Amino acid sequence: MAKVLMKGNEALAESCLRAGCRFFSGYPITPQTEILEYLCWRMDEVGGDCVQTESELAGVNMLFGAAAGGMRALTTTAGPGFSLKQEGISYLCGSDLPAVIVDVQRIGDALGDIFMGQGDYWQLTRGGGHGDYRTIVLAPESVQESVDLAYGAFDLAEKYRHPVLIATDATIGQMIEPVELPPMIEHDVDTYDWALKPREEGEPQRAIWNRYWDWEDGGRKYPAYCLEKYGKMEAEEQRWECVQTEDAEIVMVAYGTSARVAKSAIAIARKEGVKLGLLRPITLWPFPQKAFDELEAGGKVKAILDVERNILGQMKDDIVLATGNRIPVEFYGEYWDNMNEFKIVEYVKEMLGRY
Amino acid sequence: MSKVKVDFSRCKGCFLCTSVCPKGVLIPSTELGAKGFEIVQIDEEKECIGCGACYKMCPDYCIEITD
Amino acid sequence: MNFTIPKDIDMNQQASWCPGCGHGIICRVITEAVQELGVSNKILTVDDVACGQFGQFAMKYNTVMSAHGRTIAAAAGLKHARPDCLVIARPGDGSAYSIGIESTLYSAIRNDNILAIVINNSVFGMTGGQMSPASLPGMKTATSPFGRDEKKNGSMLDITKILANTDMAYLARGAVNTPANTEKTKKMIKKALQKNMNGEGFCLIDVLSMCPTNWKLSEIDACEYVKTTQSKYLPLGEFIDKGGDK
Repeated sequence: MAKVLMKGNEALAESCLRAGCRFFSGYPITPQTEILEYLCWRMDEVGGDCVQTESELAGVNMLFGAAAGGMRALTTTAGPGFSLKQEGISYLCGSDLPAVIVDVQRIGDALGDIFMGQGDYWQLTRGGGHGDYRTIVLAPESVQESVDLAYGAFDLAEKYRHPVLIATDATIGQMIEPVELPPMIEHDVDTYDWALKPREEGEPQRAIWNRYWDWEDGGRKYPAYCLEKYGKMEAEEQRWECVQTEDAEIVMVAYGTSARVAKSAIAIARKEGVKLGLLRPITLWPFPQKAFDELEAGGKVKAILDVERNILGQMKDDIVLATGNRIPVEFYGEYWDNMNEFKIVEYVKEMLGRY
Repeated sequence: MSKVKVDFSRCKGCFLCTSVCPKGVLIPSTELGAKGFEIVQIDEEKECIGCGACYKMCPDYCIEITD
Repeated sequence: MNFTIPKDIDMNQQASWCPGCGHGIICRVITEAVQELGVSNKILTVDDVACGQFGQFAMKYNTVMSAHGRTIAAAAGLKHARPDCLVIARPGDGSAYSIGIESTLYSAIRNDNILAIVINNSVFGMTGGQMSPASLPGMKTATSPFGRDEKKNGSMLDITKILANTDMAYLARGAVNTPANTEKTKKMIKKALQKNMNGEGFCLIDVLSMCPTNWKLSEIDACEYVKTTQSKYLPLGEFIDKGGDK
């Protein structure tokens, strides 16, 4: 299929439609709003429903209802709105309901600002909601990858009966790139037997609720059920990309837009003879532990540099956990200014002096 | 001849039925039921007219009225 | 005349409501309304967190439990997935008029084609009888121990006054404190479901319901309280009865 030029947010929205998503409920917030705007007219064309809700809370809870009815449902937001989605995400997890939730990340806590940032890593991977849960978090680095990951996210969500989060950012959402769109499919709300439909006479009653209530003595069975479910995700769903890590002495770890800049930094560094590589997590959770194990087994890495667009280096904790403190980890971040590949290379050279 | 039938095992002793029975067929007892409450009893001396008021007020679906 | 337990009531379980609670009566009334319309196989319910949730043990309908206060929003979403079904949300007054009032208002504004039956006992029941938006002036609750004071706590919320000017299809208030009122409430529910079947839009029935435990009254006195006090502040009747956007 021929490539088309599309804005990241709109391409992601179109990809979700093509994956059979026929329900969207959400609220305007920069830099996500184009998804809502796009679906407000495009849903009509494919016979779906797009509801501009009264808040992000209503958005995620309306999605909860649609997901319970078996629909492929989507809601999207950005930083402050993602905070409000957390209640619904906890309920989706506790009720074993699949859905796709996109966070087009921006910068900062409180209002922060509307521009490029990676301010929600903790909220995405740790969960801002209550209870014991994890969610698969997919982090694209381009418009094409936004499309590809979003297209598969619904299958992934249904595989585990669990919400899947997509972490893009303001740059990926706003930029225009050539993209190849996947084919349109329709999703039948009765595909899965867990989807709620009315009870026919003689059938047992069904409830979608806190999952452990489904079993007698469920409270005692639920921990093992959860551990198995999350363990399976950790074993099967780790995704990552390695760029020139084979001989790298310094390996950057970066995702999303920061990973794009990190790739430019590699090109510059390599010309100067600096052995720099990149490990790009595509799943922020499960964090690609296998990639770190391979990296460590290679024995070449002197130190790791976490490259992120935020203040505290939110991903650094996960890198330290993945490497068991056996490899030094430093953090290079930008907040107000754009990520700059030359500055990264300068920082890497300083690092080489230390290790 | 009473037409009212009570499933005493479900009774939580709220006595809403006794308050609406126009004939005093349903009256409080001091007997503890399965739920641990003092339950309702039927006064066999009184005649049920089958008005359904008790059925309509029972929150625990204890009461049925049949001819 | 025979009065037998509706087949949609689940007699193999028993909801653990307190003695004299109005929830059980409302569930019976819902099932009777549904059965009289012959639409048992069209019903989906959305339960709230709190006392209302036990309704799923009383009724046999397939159901989903939403977050507290999100019952009506979740019901609106479920209706999109299952447009041929009749979706009944069953929040309480704490849920629908306090934490979830934005969703209540917006379902009315959007005229979502669902039915909300709000069990209104003028308190937060499950958490132990705290003041709700629908707590009556002067009413003593766990969080208004000296009586609801308008200056301190704000005035009582009567949802019918707020929704009266929206384009929703049906707005009514019933009660379950007397046999006659339960019958009237049943007629309201039937009418609302019929409107949903016609695609007329959002229906909300506020049902005054006894909470003897938290009102600290005997079960029988609680019924009397609905008559003498609660329904004086929150009058019964039909407030909107029209088709929305057809």
